[in-house]
Amino acid sequence: MSLVRETRNLLLQAPLKPRAGLGWKGFAQCQIRRSSVSQRPGSDHVHFPGAVDSKFTTKLEFEKPSQKPAMPTYRILDQNGVIVDKSRPPLDVSDEEVLKWYNDMLTVSIMDLIMFDAQRQGRLSFYIVSAGEEGIAVGSSAALHPSDVIFAQYRETGVFKERGFTLDDFMNQLFANKKDVGHGRNMPVHYGSRKLNIHTISSPLATQIPQASGAAYAVKLQDLQNPDSPRRVVACYFGEGAASEGDFHAALNIAATRSCPVVFICRNNGYAISTPTLEQYRGDGIASRGVGYGIETVRVDGNDIFAVREATREARRLALEGGGKPVLLEAMSYRVSHHSTSDDSFAYRAKVEVEDWKRRDNPITRLRKWLEGKGLWDDEKEKDARSRVRKEVLAAFVRAEKEKRPPLGMMFEDVYEDMTAEAREQARLLREHIERYPDEYDVEEFEGGIRSLEK
Amino acid sequence: MRPILPRLRTLPFQQAGGRRSSTFPPNARLNRPTDFSSTPLLCHTSQTALANPELPASARQSKTIRSNLFQSVNSALRHALSTDERVLVFGEDVAFGGVFRCSMNLATDFGSERVFNTPLSEQGIVGFAIGCAAEGMRPVAEIQFADYVYPAFDQFVNEAAKFRYRSGGTGMNCGGLVVRMPCGGVGHGALYHSQSPESLFTHVPGLKVVMPRCPIQAKGLLISAIECNDPVVFMEPKVLYRAAVEQVPAEPYAFPLSKAEIVKPGSDLSIISYGAPLYTCSAAIAAAENDLDIKVELIDMRTIYPWDRNTILESVRKTGRAIVVHESMFNAGVASEVAASIQEGALLRLEAPVKRITGWSTHTGLVYERFNIPDVARIYDAIKNTIEY
Repeated sequence: MSLVRETRNLLLQAPLKPRAGLGWKGFAQCQIRRSSVSQRPGSDHVHFPGAVDSKFTTKLEFEKPSQKPAMPTYRILDQNGVIVDKSRPPLDVSDEEVLKWYNDMLTVSIMDLIMFDAQRQGRLSFYIVSAGEEGIAVGSSAALHPSDVIFAQYRETGVFKERGFTLDDFMNQLFANKKDVGHGRNMPVHYGSRKLNIHTISSPLATQIPQASGAAYAVKLQDLQNPDSPRRVVACYFGEGAASEGDFHAALNIAATRSCPVVFICRNNGYAISTPTLEQYRGDGIASRGVGYGIETVRVDGNDIFAVREATREARRLALEGGGKPVLLEAMSYRVSHHSTSDDSFAYRAKVEVEDWKRRDNPITRLRKWLEGKGLWDDEKEKDARSRVRKEVLAAFVRAEKEKRPPLGMMFEDVYEDMTAEAREQARLLREHIERYPDEYDVEEFEGGIRSLEK
Repeated sequence: MRPILPRLRTLPFQQAGGRRSSTFPPNARLNRPTDFSSTPLLCHTSQTALANPELPASARQSKTIRSNLFQSVNSALRHALSTDERVLVFGEDVAFGGVFRCSMNLATDFGSERVFNTPLSEQGIVGFAIGCAAEGMRPVAEIQFADYVYPAFDQFVNEAAKFRYRSGGTGMNCGGLVVRMPCGGVGHGALYHSQSPESLFTHVPGLKVVMPRCPIQAKGLLISAIECNDPVVFMEPKVLYRAAVEQVPAEPYAFPLSKAEIVKPGSDLSIISYGAPLYTCSAAIAAAENDLDIKVELIDMRTIYPWDRNTILESVRKTGRAIVVHESMFNAGVASEVAASIQEGALLRLEAPVKRITGWSTHTGLVYERFNIPDVARIYDAIKNTIEY
């Protein structure tokens, strides 16, 4: 007896009663599953359990991805900041909101320039800029609810800015001082904020994506248990390189099967350090994979902040539809900058390619053109804004750089909820050692010197 | 990771009250930065480089080239690619030379069929490499940072390590597999660019785990690893890629795996270590020998598993005292295994407990790294305590 038939018989023999805990809805699902393997005579499609709506064909034909058209890229504004579809309904956003987005993007780009150079001067160990991708971060964040939970990668400074991370918050983390909520443990740009519902960034790529699916499931169940609370989604950011990790695939599949209200936002900027997309994948971007996992998917022009915001808002709505479901949004952009301060991208791509992109399009200049078209912005305002932001960034920079490091004892804390006896012993050994060799250690830059090592 | 000329136009103020990323206390006698130009661990002249008794005659008669560690890794890969057409080199960003420049010009010289970029997936890279090896190739895969190797653990632990054992009489195996990965602290790598996960591999029989201490060793050990018929995890201390420069024999040569090396002979105490901390040990030994009138033996394990018990036990039977030093965490680290073996094999010769000087049982937080990774003062103190026990 074939395995298929054997399985089918077993299923048919199963007693017809609702599964414990599932209720009649669960029972109905069992029924559907059971009937899906039976096939009526003369049926035009086979009901294999793994592909229930597949029609029979007598033509042997392989699907050829290369012959399918690429998924379109949604945009509202053209490169000149003009609305493409004149017949579309007017943009439902106030001028104040748009000006805030512009200010947020400008702030990120000015902070990026200053901190990149500060790293070059040796004042902080590392930095990652967002050049060219500010629109994706700010635009998507603007469409989310503050109570939505966010998992980010490391090029989402604009998300933090849009949600309300202050310049002091940024600088305290970048300088790993005692006011950094991460206690000086993380590399620069690995921000996190409980207040803003953003989990702390972890360097390994893609690890946050299945976590976002799980968090979305948690949020969904919690919201079901508290029907009066506003319903939430989880948003998860990552790059097209990270989408090659197994974690990405696991995340989309589990989110689809468990109907998790999660919006996956892929920043496709063309490069994973030196590796161009052509060597990263051969399909139609990352968006085509969403379709494969049965996930509603859209591709959007990352340089168009209006399009990003509208697509994210719609994705959020879809994610909450019915019992909840995942949505994938692929935002197209170009990584104008080096990967990080540790990278010189001209070792693997032509400078002219980068200059072309810089000239061609950019989310900040595109929005500026729109603002100018509306009479909301001009050269004078631009000059003033740039000068103001620069001053604010530098003031926060100076404040943060002056602060002491966190207490040394923080080195041993938070490995577990409670410090182990082993860790307490090690902290004591370290303290006694430093006391024996005071000239060998500079502990004064740490808050409280060695006193925090007393346990 | 090429240096970029500074563009300092955005900052109105230069370094003033600001802090540097890493500092050395002004009055420190022990905790000084390693002076790589004078450390006895590097061969600063051709003569000392060619005097190495492990070198074959062909290499001993060759010229030497002043190389740093990434250049010597490159030289080993180049030798393997040019002498054995089964050798492949791949990983993330490998084609343009790799983020640490180890594969520089290899794609140009040997073609993109044999030297290529992979998509960003460690489990994919290692599984792919195992498959290549299982069908008779000699893949040298690169994991960009040891901190990122964990998605590949299933492939390492359940596949590479057990391949030969489960295949039994079929004789099928994945020998020829080498997975290179940069590891260890550099001063500012924090949680995810500082890890040294060797003990997670040494717990798994079936894998060989190797860590070179210098350019000469890197070349000889990597060539051996590629020639080895068992899977090898080859961990390269990234702090040494540029810093460690010495005269490296130009001709190819292979150094034995699973063989420790006595880097410096001594009679009163044995220090056993591997990789970058050997330089810290060497500095601590210099100070301690001067202050305490003792002679310390320094041993480089080189292969961390399966390791050379004989060399280490013989040394400890001679000196009666031992300290094991490594960067990674104290708990269940390599030092625990070495210390346990020493008490099993040399208990009656021991004059003092075997000390472990390692990273503490915590993670490497950014601003705490120099208090976490063993420094000269901690090793010096351990030597003093062990001698005076």
